[in-house]
Amino acid sequence: MTVNGWIQIALFAVLIIALTKPVGYYMTRVFAGERTFLSPILRPVERVVYAICGVDESDEQHWVTYAIAMAFFSLAGFVVLYLIQRLQGVLPFNPQGQSAVEQSLAFNTSVSFVTNTNWQSYVPETTMSYLTQMAGLTVHNFVSAATGIALAVALIRGFSRRSAQSIGNFWIDLTRCTLYILLPISIVVGLFFVWQGMPQNLNAYTTVTTLEGAKQVIAQGPVASQEVIKMMGTNGGGFFNTNSAHPFENPNALTNLVEMLLIFSLGAPLTNVFGRMVGNQRQGWAIFAVMGLLFLTGVTTVYHYEAGGNPAFAALHVDQTASALQAGGNMEGKDVRFGIANSSLFVTATTDASCGAVNTMHDSLMPLAGLVPIVNIMLGEIIFGGVGSGLYGMLIFAILAVFIAGLMVGRTPEYLGKKIDAKEVKMAMLAILILPFSILGFSALATVLPAGLAGPANAGPHGFSEILYAYTSATGNNGSAFAGISANTPFFNSTLGLAMFIGRFLMITPMLAIAGSLAAKKIVPASAGTFPTDTGLFVGLLIGVILITGGLIYFPAVALGPIVEHLAMNAGTLY
Amino acid sequence: MLKQIRPAILMIVVMTVITGLAYPLGMTGLAQVLFPHQANGSLIERDGKVIGSSLIGQNFTSDKYFYGRLSATSEPDPKDPTKTIAVPYAADNSTGSNLGPTSKALIQRVQADTARLQKQNPSVPVPVDLVTTSASGLDPDITPAAAYFQVPRVAKARDIPEADLKALVAAHIEGRLLGIIGEPHVNVLQLNLALDALKKS
Repeated sequence: MTVNGWIQIALFAVLIIALTKPVGYYMTRVFAGERTFLSPILRPVERVVYAICGVDESDEQHWVTYAIAMAFFSLAGFVVLYLIQRLQGVLPFNPQGQSAVEQSLAFNTSVSFVTNTNWQSYVPETTMSYLTQMAGLTVHNFVSAATGIALAVALIRGFSRRSAQSIGNFWIDLTRCTLYILLPISIVVGLFFVWQGMPQNLNAYTTVTTLEGAKQVIAQGPVASQEVIKMMGTNGGGFFNTNSAHPFENPNALTNLVEMLLIFSLGAPLTNVFGRMVGNQRQGWAIFAVMGLLFLTGVTTVYHYEAGGNPAFAALHVDQTASALQAGGNMEGKDVRFGIANSSLFVTATTDASCGAVNTMHDSLMPLAGLVPIVNIMLGEIIFGGVGSGLYGMLIFAILAVFIAGLMVGRTPEYLGKKIDAKEVKMAMLAILILPFSILGFSALATVLPAGLAGPANAGPHGFSEILYAYTSATGNNGSAFAGISANTPFFNSTLGLAMFIGRFLMITPMLAIAGSLAAKKIVPASAGTFPTDTGLFVGLLIGVILITGGLIYFPAVALGPIVEHLAMNAGTLY
Repeated sequence: MLKQIRPAILMIVVMTVITGLAYPLGMTGLAQVLFPHQANGSLIERDGKVIGSSLIGQNFTSDKYFYGRLSATSEPDPKDPTKTIAVPYAADNSTGSNLGPTSKALIQRVQADTARLQKQNPSVPVPVDLVTTSASGLDPDITPAAAYFQVPRVAKARDIPEADLKALVAAHIEGRLLGIIGEPHVNVLQLNLALDALKKS
């Protein structure tokens, strides 16, 4: 680890803190339906969208209606995306002549992008036409992110409203988020990305003759426009197979910094939106503190093990020491322009959030560095998190934390003036338990079936980690991978598709039920017996609840993978 | 409940038109006007021929050139399309090695490559980025340490004084942005182009 490396990590943290308040202010205005500086241009467009779709702006929805609207919209998106992939061979914008995507792969990809997962069983540059990338995948990069944010805002309304039957209107939240937040930032930052070297064209791939006389085919395409929303929407589906490691998706250290900032650029401010909407910004900062501390723990762990390098190289006369001339460390699966510090930061951020973009091959991380992304996703990606899903995931843990605090002192738990009753706690437990049900269930299935055991590329405990990572990533709607696994098979495409569906929709439903139930409650004024939820004590309690819950559920599984691999590696065992 | 079906269908159509067609096509138009070089892949020409992209690494195996990172990319085997063969720096099929840290295949590969490079410059240990595969398989850069390590070999193959080559490497080191962001690196293709130009002049 170097001083410069720590300065780069600190710079990232400071920039995230700096943008939380102003972006949070802007987002709060957007979701309250107030005027913003973009309203003169966007308000007319917004009106046209409502007119075409038959949306009444004064209409407010019950939580069940809100959930149904979200479900139908996701279903319609799934069908359209599936059809585009199956028909891409006869549709325009296909200079490489890509043929129709195979059925189980098209199913997997459609679920993947609709659920904001962006797990990729395919190699994009040899599979997808430009039309599929733009009108199929890019669209879901926008709307699945907008859906997540809309859901989080709906839950916040549950806390902030009193004796109300409704939690907002899904169509309005979706449209305003896309038009006022995602699109303007995408245009500005996307052009910046082109300036920095990302391609943005519709040309066929370029064939060149290299200096040594070999033929090299350079894949091209409308990269920048997809890259920006891929990061900001915590989608993570690369335009190319190696994602943000590919020089066209991440040309230099500056684009890398901006991409990492984009991952948290909406998730961190959403904590401030939360604080503003419930009338006390300190409530938002308490949640931010929990996320920030867990983030720093993760990045420190990854950086420590990656900077240490691979002990098996030590006897081979390889120089892994950091110096002025090289970053050193474990460089397998890393690009030189990012080195160790920026790779460690990216690994942590992309799995704290449900992003899943990678600038490093996670499969080649040192065992305990590779444990961090797995644990980040297992905890529910609540560390700033997927846009929207991170905040609602964290608030579910907060409900659990106040419930446990209430049990300890023998009082009915309250959170933000709302009494937390049996119904909310049951729904919160349902939302928390659905993830291990899918992650552990499918992993166990894959490790006993021949079709599952055919997947891993690495032998020994690392092979098990590849399977565990796959179902963790799919269920958590992350999309990153220990990518050695051969997942483009009917078995993996279908089970991973199911895992993505379960992880998204079976978690959302109890969460919306909580939102609806809370909105209907009165607000109880704080009394001397109220447990304050904007203090260091609450921050510590919430971190404890998250880690104890996660540890109890997942420790046996991760012990069989990364932890045993670490011990074997130190004993000099190879597989 | 059924009332939500019509907006669901129309909304996905409207969003496809806005974010899936108008946005990327508009961005393509703007990019082609504002930054045509970058928007078309930062291609570089020599003697009127496109010889690559400054952002995409190339495979160098000759002693007369500086080598880049190892690359794990592959292409379908022309003899049997169901199989693949190793083709380093295949820029239409990017991938990493995905070998885990306790992989025998990884350690054996590193051992063989280290032994080979060791013969070319026995005085110092081999910089780690010369014996590891990049994430993208297309890494255009090596570390300054890896460039200096190769100077004795290239100097001998080209019959150029080592001091001249060290100066050339030093001139091609791109430092951190503002002295803070990123890692120092050397673009291998640019360095090798400069090497060829040196010979001519």
